[in-house]
Amino acid sequence: MIVIQKYDGWKGFESGTWTKEINVRSFIKHNFTPYDGNEAFLVGPTKATLDLWDQVMELTKQEREAGGVLDMDTRVISTITSHGPGYLNKDLEKIVGLQTDKPLKRALMPYGGIRMAEKACKDNGYEIDPEIKEFFTTHRKTHNAGVFDAYTPEMRACRSSHIITGLPDAYGRGRIIGDYRRVALYGVDRLIEDKMEQKETTRSAMYSQVIQEREELSEQIRALEDLKKMALSYGFDISHPARDTKEAIQWLYFGYLAAVKEQNGAAMSLGRTSTFLDIYAERDLKNGVYTEEELQEMIDHFIMKLRLIKFARTPEYNALFSGDPQWVTESIGGMAIDGRHMVTKMSYRYLHTLENLGAAPEPNLTVLWSTNLPENFKRYCARISIETSSVQYENDDLMRFHHGDDYAIACCVSSMKVGKEMQFFGARANLAKCLLYAINGGVDEISGKQIAPKYRPITSEYLDYAEVMEKYDAMMEWLAGVYVNTLNIIHYMHDKYCYEKIQMALHDKKVTRWFATGIAGLSVVADSLSAIKYAKVKTIRNENGIVVDYEVEGDFPKYGNDDDLVDNIAYDIVHRFMTHIKKNHTYRDGIPTTSILTITSNVVYGKNTGATPDGRKKGEAFAPGANPMHRRDTKGAVSSLASVAKLPFVDAQDGISNTFSIIPGALGKDDRIFAGDIAIDLDCCSSGACTSPTLFEGLDAE
Amino acid sequence: MTGYIHSKESFGTVDGPGIRYVLFMQGCPMRCLYCHNPDTWETGKGTAITAEEVIEEIKSNKAFYQKGGITVSGGEPLLQLEFITELFRKCKEENIHTCIDTSGITFKEDEEYLEKLDILLGFTDLVMLDIKHINSESHKALTGHKNENVLRLAKYLEEKNIPLWVRHVVVEGYTDKKDDLIKLGEFIGKLKNLKGLDVLPYHTMGVNKYKEMGIPYKLEGVPALSKEDARKAKEYILYGIKKARQI
Repeated sequence: MIVIQKYDGWKGFESGTWTKEINVRSFIKHNFTPYDGNEAFLVGPTKATLDLWDQVMELTKQEREAGGVLDMDTRVISTITSHGPGYLNKDLEKIVGLQTDKPLKRALMPYGGIRMAEKACKDNGYEIDPEIKEFFTTHRKTHNAGVFDAYTPEMRACRSSHIITGLPDAYGRGRIIGDYRRVALYGVDRLIEDKMEQKETTRSAMYSQVIQEREELSEQIRALEDLKKMALSYGFDISHPARDTKEAIQWLYFGYLAAVKEQNGAAMSLGRTSTFLDIYAERDLKNGVYTEEELQEMIDHFIMKLRLIKFARTPEYNALFSGDPQWVTESIGGMAIDGRHMVTKMSYRYLHTLENLGAAPEPNLTVLWSTNLPENFKRYCARISIETSSVQYENDDLMRFHHGDDYAIACCVSSMKVGKEMQFFGARANLAKCLLYAINGGVDEISGKQIAPKYRPITSEYLDYAEVMEKYDAMMEWLAGVYVNTLNIIHYMHDKYCYEKIQMALHDKKVTRWFATGIAGLSVVADSLSAIKYAKVKTIRNENGIVVDYEVEGDFPKYGNDDDLVDNIAYDIVHRFMTHIKKNHTYRDGIPTTSILTITSNVVYGKNTGATPDGRKKGEAFAPGANPMHRRDTKGAVSSLASVAKLPFVDAQDGISNTFSIIPGALGKDDRIFAGDIAIDLDCCSSGACTSPTLFEGLDAE
Repeated sequence: MTGYIHSKESFGTVDGPGIRYVLFMQGCPMRCLYCHNPDTWETGKGTAITAEEVIEEIKSNKAFYQKGGITVSGGEPLLQLEFITELFRKCKEENIHTCIDTSGITFKEDEEYLEKLDILLGFTDLVMLDIKHINSESHKALTGHKNENVLRLAKYLEEKNIPLWVRHVVVEGYTDKKDDLIKLGEFIGKLKNLKGLDVLPYHTMGVNKYKEMGIPYKLEGVPALSKEDARKAKEYILYGIKKARQI
């Protein structure tokens, strides 16, 4: 082992590529210690933790009583340095930093759109300063204003007819994860040095891309300078690398804090930090710098801060996303490419906050699940899930293949290499409505307006599969074109007027950009086409000849029952749509991908879509994500999951979701009543071992 | 060969170890008062299915069943002995864990029958025997049949050394008497192949099916058994088992 002398903070670490270039993955690979043991080492909350948490609970209560928002900025525009230091209780907090000067006070962020910022205030009972409004209306353009300057009439029509919905054209797109670990490992000065060098080495012929790049690098460097200033206001000099665990957590958190001071994005994820921080903790434990109690306390306080992250939002936004989510997603565990698992003691400590502080939806703790994770950890996860219902799981075995072993999840399922890949978030296209447009020749079934091009409609009484497919394919091609071009405008303007300076400062110079699109209504489409193919579907027209309803005669295979007849249709639709998407030019060479995960907005999409050929009535909700339609899967969960699993991940790399809830009793036996297979050799029963905690304990808590 | 099923469940977690593919077979000679699947009673109905189809479905989702397997339940699965034998033979070729969930009522000590049963048991990893009542008269009152066959099957399985879980549904006023539970425990405690005990608290979720089918529900008004009472019932049976084993 080579001991590195360059910085104090690196003492005792094994060197590697990471000492020569910005490369956190290399640092982790050379230094992390997989942990195979169980949770016995974990400790409970300290008095300070409990006191602080009581304070947070009290504040949250006040916030609820105040109608959802405790306080808002109406004058100060949020930047990395806009607010002085804020505390819960300075004497007790081991990790410090708030978005504004007070806990739960929501910041004013008008760069995405002044009207949205104004409305967010108004709907919560606040009025933004008229000067601010005037300034951002007349003198400083916003992302939202830019987008609408460039939209075509067709794009506007698609937007208002809801064939494309939820577009990030008036709010922050989010989904970008800064590599906040870099702040801790390298200190900000080294990062600035690196960015300076990047700027010096751009091409010299001033094409617009080069100009944009140079301007952005300058912004990034300024953001890093601001980050230092902000940390300094809390009394920390983060220009150099963190020297111990406490500093590492604090430095990393400052990086993240700068991002949430600057951006109100739909999904502001944290990344993959636990195993990184564990390296510091192991070193400190070895050298007797900190005890387990102290380490857990720091993590508890850190997580507590993440639970306080809030944004100013409108009721409509909350309706679209079902609540007031921040998506502070942290990815835990997973496997390394070299075959080692990446579970560390810190992975346990993160999950343990759910015990020390109680269950909570944020931060969104996400376990990157592999069949090869250590059994002890799997058991611990299962227990914490049962007790708190607060852990998300994602398939590492699937994603590692595409993204390696240092990716993280943005929002709920978007995977990207930390600091190397980013995503242009793209909401979704309503493929069910698109099918209706194909049938009606581009006329909207609800408004009666011509939205899509006037392709020839279907005029027969009964729908013919081949005819419908041909028209549907053409309509999908049209939709993909408008959709991608709408997104091109959005991301151009977002970069221009609402650039994520600090988050991009914590990325490499050469960033892979995923151009995310999304699909809504997949199971409705699959079942509709199946009905047309395998049953008889009669059209019912209104006085203008527009098909507004359908009668299905006979039965047909339904998506969600592991039946290839219809599952292949679903596969085919995803693949076709993706193929059409890929034909289009994408902004900044974004690589097109798609997702099938309307986890919450499926209700809104359904509401704006007329009756469909599968028998679904006008306005009825879609199934969420790639779920089968409600009650149409009749063979149990495995078959339902099997249908979803057949969808092509290669086409839908941004994620496929299948939401399913299950009553506890359907997951297994209650061990207090059941004495099965633990061998009734009765010594075990008399000693009470049969009622000892197992995987299924706690299932009664429905 | 064709079997007749009432329905199937691809994610069964309460009918045997692990996640199981459960086939609910059509047809049952018993008329248990508390039966929650009266729609499985009638024979000569149901959906036709072949062993190949079942194997295909299990194989295509094998990852789920690695620690589980297949369970045939019902209805009374042993009414379709030949079909289940063929199905289980194929399952064992694919290394799928097999389990029969039976009331034991069709058991008889007739040579030809035993010959067939032995073949099936050769492909069976676990039997879950639902002993409805330890007292034969009470068994008859509850199900329409006496329990001698059931108890004989239990002993026969012991003789053949087939791993056994005993299930027992506890209904207030019918099967919750302390003495009966201890007696049941004493009986099963003597069985050397006993591996598990599954006490099933009576629930009322089947009542609607009776209404839909227009059959009177004879346990109208009997409340679902509480978890606490189910736990007590388990303790009594375990007490009986210990007594029998002189622990």
